[in-house]
Amino acid sequence: MKAFRYAQAHDVASAMATVAADPGALYVAGGTNVIDLMKEYVEQPSLLVDITHLPLRGIDAAPRGVRVGSLALMSDVADHPAVARDFPAVSQALLLSASPQLRNMATIGGNVMQRTRCAYFRDASQPCNKRVPGSGCPAIGGVNRQHAVVGGSDHCICTHPSDLAVALLAVDAIVHVRGRSGERTIPFERFHVLPGATPQRETVLEHGDLITAVELPASAHARNSYYLKVRDRASYEFALVSVAAALDVAGGTVRAARVALGGVAPKPWRSHDAEAALVGRSASASTFADAAHAATRGMRGYGQNDFKIALTQRAVARALAHAGGAA
Amino acid sequence: MSALVGAPVDRVDGRLKVTGAAKYSAEVAVPNLAYGVLVLSTVADGRISAVDDAAVRRMPGVVAVMTPANAPRVNASGPQVGYPVLRVLQDDLVHYDRQPVAVVVADTFERATDAAAALRVRYAAVAAPATRIADAPAYKPAQVHGKDADTRKGDAEAALATAAVHVDNVYTTPVEHHNPMEPHATIALWEGDRLTVYDATQGVIGARRKLAAVFGLPTENVRVVSRFIGGGFGSKGSSWPHVTLASMAAKMTNRPVKIVLSRPQMFGSIGHRPQTVQRVALAAGRDGKLTAVVHQTTAHTSVFDEFVEPSGLISTVLYGTPSLLVTHRAVRLNTATPTYMRAPGESSGSFALESAMDELAYALGVDPVELRVRNDTDRDADGLPFSSRSLVQSLRAGAERIGWSRRDPRPRSMRDGNLLVGLGVAAASYPMNRSAASASVQLRADGSVLARSAGVDIGTGAYTVFSQVVADTLGVPVQRVRMELGDSAFPTAPNAGGSALTASAGSALKLAALDVRAKLAVLDGVDPTTLASTNGDTLVAILRKHGSDSVEGRADAKPGDEKKNYAMHSFGAQFAEVRVDPELGTVRLARFVNAFGAGRILNEKTAKSQYLGGAVWGIGMALLEHTRFDERSGRIMNANLGEYLVPVNADVPMVESIIVPEDDPHVNEIGVKGIGEIGIVGAAAAIANAVYHATGRRVRDLPITTEKLLG
Repeated sequence: MKAFRYAQAHDVASAMATVAADPGALYVAGGTNVIDLMKEYVEQPSLLVDITHLPLRGIDAAPRGVRVGSLALMSDVADHPAVARDFPAVSQALLLSASPQLRNMATIGGNVMQRTRCAYFRDASQPCNKRVPGSGCPAIGGVNRQHAVVGGSDHCICTHPSDLAVALLAVDAIVHVRGRSGERTIPFERFHVLPGATPQRETVLEHGDLITAVELPASAHARNSYYLKVRDRASYEFALVSVAAALDVAGGTVRAARVALGGVAPKPWRSHDAEAALVGRSASASTFADAAHAATRGMRGYGQNDFKIALTQRAVARALAHAGGAA
Repeated sequence: MSALVGAPVDRVDGRLKVTGAAKYSAEVAVPNLAYGVLVLSTVADGRISAVDDAAVRRMPGVVAVMTPANAPRVNASGPQVGYPVLRVLQDDLVHYDRQPVAVVVADTFERATDAAAALRVRYAAVAAPATRIADAPAYKPAQVHGKDADTRKGDAEAALATAAVHVDNVYTTPVEHHNPMEPHATIALWEGDRLTVYDATQGVIGARRKLAAVFGLPTENVRVVSRFIGGGFGSKGSSWPHVTLASMAAKMTNRPVKIVLSRPQMFGSIGHRPQTVQRVALAAGRDGKLTAVVHQTTAHTSVFDEFVEPSGLISTVLYGTPSLLVTHRAVRLNTATPTYMRAPGESSGSFALESAMDELAYALGVDPVELRVRNDTDRDADGLPFSSRSLVQSLRAGAERIGWSRRDPRPRSMRDGNLLVGLGVAAASYPMNRSAASASVQLRADGSVLARSAGVDIGTGAYTVFSQVVADTLGVPVQRVRMELGDSAFPTAPNAGGSALTASAGSALKLAALDVRAKLAVLDGVDPTTLASTNGDTLVAILRKHGSDSVEGRADAKPGDEKKNYAMHSFGAQFAEVRVDPELGTVRLARFVNAFGAGRILNEKTAKSQYLGGAVWGIGMALLEHTRFDERSGRIMNANLGEYLVPVNADVPMVESIIVPEDDPHVNEIGVKGIGEIGIVGAAAAIANAVYHATGRRVRDLPITTEKLLG
């Protein structure tokens, strides 16, 4: 990796000031993603600001929800009883992520900020619009089995790799961010942005912004959520397709629904079409089938990843059946 | 040596390994060491037009930048050098992705890595590479692993045309990379015109011969040491470019140089299993007896060297047939040179042949186990009788263990909840290979034993089973034997490859230990037969009686004419039970059963580890492993363990291995056939056949991934 400077932050304000002062600076917490990328010369920060000592590790459960500090470890959040009880998809998504060793190091803030596994992005000798804007996207027409079938552009068809982010989307998580102008909150659906013509931009964060917490608001659908991950091997692999389904069913009728997809888009993908096909209808296999079909609306394949469309449909139906108590 | 299945002795090097005391090649302490880092090509077909090295030479700690412009000249090819031909900076041509195009040497690994990343290499005449079998013409190789590329018996095509039942399909297997845990590593050290190399190699004698030829040195001027290896699987069976490049860099810088490959670099010049396209056609009468076997393989090699995957050889051995056509063709592609990878030929070939046997079983309406039993034979395609053959016993034992009788043969007929259940079988075979080897065994007056062989323990347990052979022959406890391996200064031994080392060096060690007994008989002036089976304490007492500190036995062991009289192979059967999610197309193993007859088993524990490892490899081959090329650029796009998938623990079910006892007096002095490779041979087909049974889908293109089962 390229030589870099390292600083350990002792309070939030100085961490932010240090990063803001250097356009090449990055925060580092668990380091499970950024260090990898530095080894591959994909990231070449001038300065790493270590935030692991900041007091952002707490997990606070209250009747209205759970506030997860951005430095809480994946393993701790997954095992937290309030998370497992009130946001099962979040706990499940975490436990299906990576390996125990990685979950013991990686943080919640870092998880939602992780970069794509696109092989062209991760190979510094290849063109990639995300890494070198304007250089091209070889995944289009190339090795794209893992790539997006929705939400991509002519500039980028990568997929967002996080399992957790998909579950967060389905439970209406809110990201708390400290920035130059103070603290602000961002609904999770608006946190990541689509590549469009600027795939180098992945979130609404500005340089120096620091995620302080992720808030999980209690809801009937979150309590009744389920995460399904489809992958080639049984463990320790990113999703081909994943689904976080959250359903509030009363008297056999769906009152509220969230359908979030992973492995299919450059950002955690919420299918409003699928949700619209669910709300107000009976929680039945035929409703779920309709919603699953609706979830694939607008999807297109790029060759090797064509199968993801059919796989999405089946995975959505399966996840809804689980969330609806039918499986 | 009395028992057909030897005691499950714990690994004698186990403690060294788990405590970190075992020093692997990259860990050898060498003073004044410099660190070399390879720079690899980023095109698959072209020419190096410029290397912008001026700035890199000024980077901190950089000792040298070795490029085609300044690299020492060596013998990179030719009859002396042999396989593999080395692309080692002797010209500006680039023939494959990740070909070495420069070596940066610096005073620390980090500085060398950073400087290597900063080196800009420019290319010209970049052409569209050939990466698929269909991209280039096929040719008939002059030979395939010492045999003619074709084997013919009778008129198989005619028999096919007139058969009562036949199947005729094409099976394909992708490029796979070995990915041993330990990366390839070399430390090269020159003292005048003497070269010492600490190398992660499966064979120090072969490495020494290669280096001597490359540098034009007398063999005795080269020493290669390889004490511990973290897996090789064939990828460390040849001396690939980094070994020569480390030696060249050491010569150029006048310092010892270490090169350790990174994981992405291990998808470069260290070999791989080539992709194959195989036509297998089988014909049979209504009785299920084969009347024709056709097995036609096209596999790729590189544009500058030749390795031909011998996928069809298994079809000359596994079943009896009155007519047989086996052909091998090669296609030159812009890849690194392929190589031996665990059961080269047998594993890819068995996937095709044993899938076809399953298809034939369904076409005939005969049970797949029964079909194989009916086609058992006592002679190979050349008419030689097998020295021993336990195929039928293996099929029966494995079928019983996995509960084959509960199998409803109809596809999609068995379920476990919402999951489809499938049971599949495949037969396996691997040749008994053996080469000349020597050994020394020294018995000392303190009762200890020092035994030496140049053979390398690549993690299989050679230290342990060789200690057992020596201990058993001398009648001493195994703890008293100090086994030393992996130094070209020791008595010669072949590669730990082709499942041949135990048969080769193990036989030599037994003879050397017997030589100790013979010499003691001379010393004591007694008839040798009187010491033939006395225990070790008696032998030590003779030494002491005569005031000797030690006696050393030496022996050379080599194969005789036995292969002119017998075909010698291991046989076995492998059974897979899978669960398939019918909607999501995911396949998970539920159970795996091996049954092998492989001659005498020296150590039940290490043997079962080999069988288990073979099954794990087979699971990877069947379901996961696939090196993916960007066909436009010829570049490998999953050169890491995040995207090149191998099985993890959760993918590996209970694997049970049955040892079918075999007493084969013909194979060699210690009666072993070799067990390192047969464990993978039938695994992929067994799983593919189980997937068919579960789903009704016949996947003839590995790996069997989700998209092939959807729809």
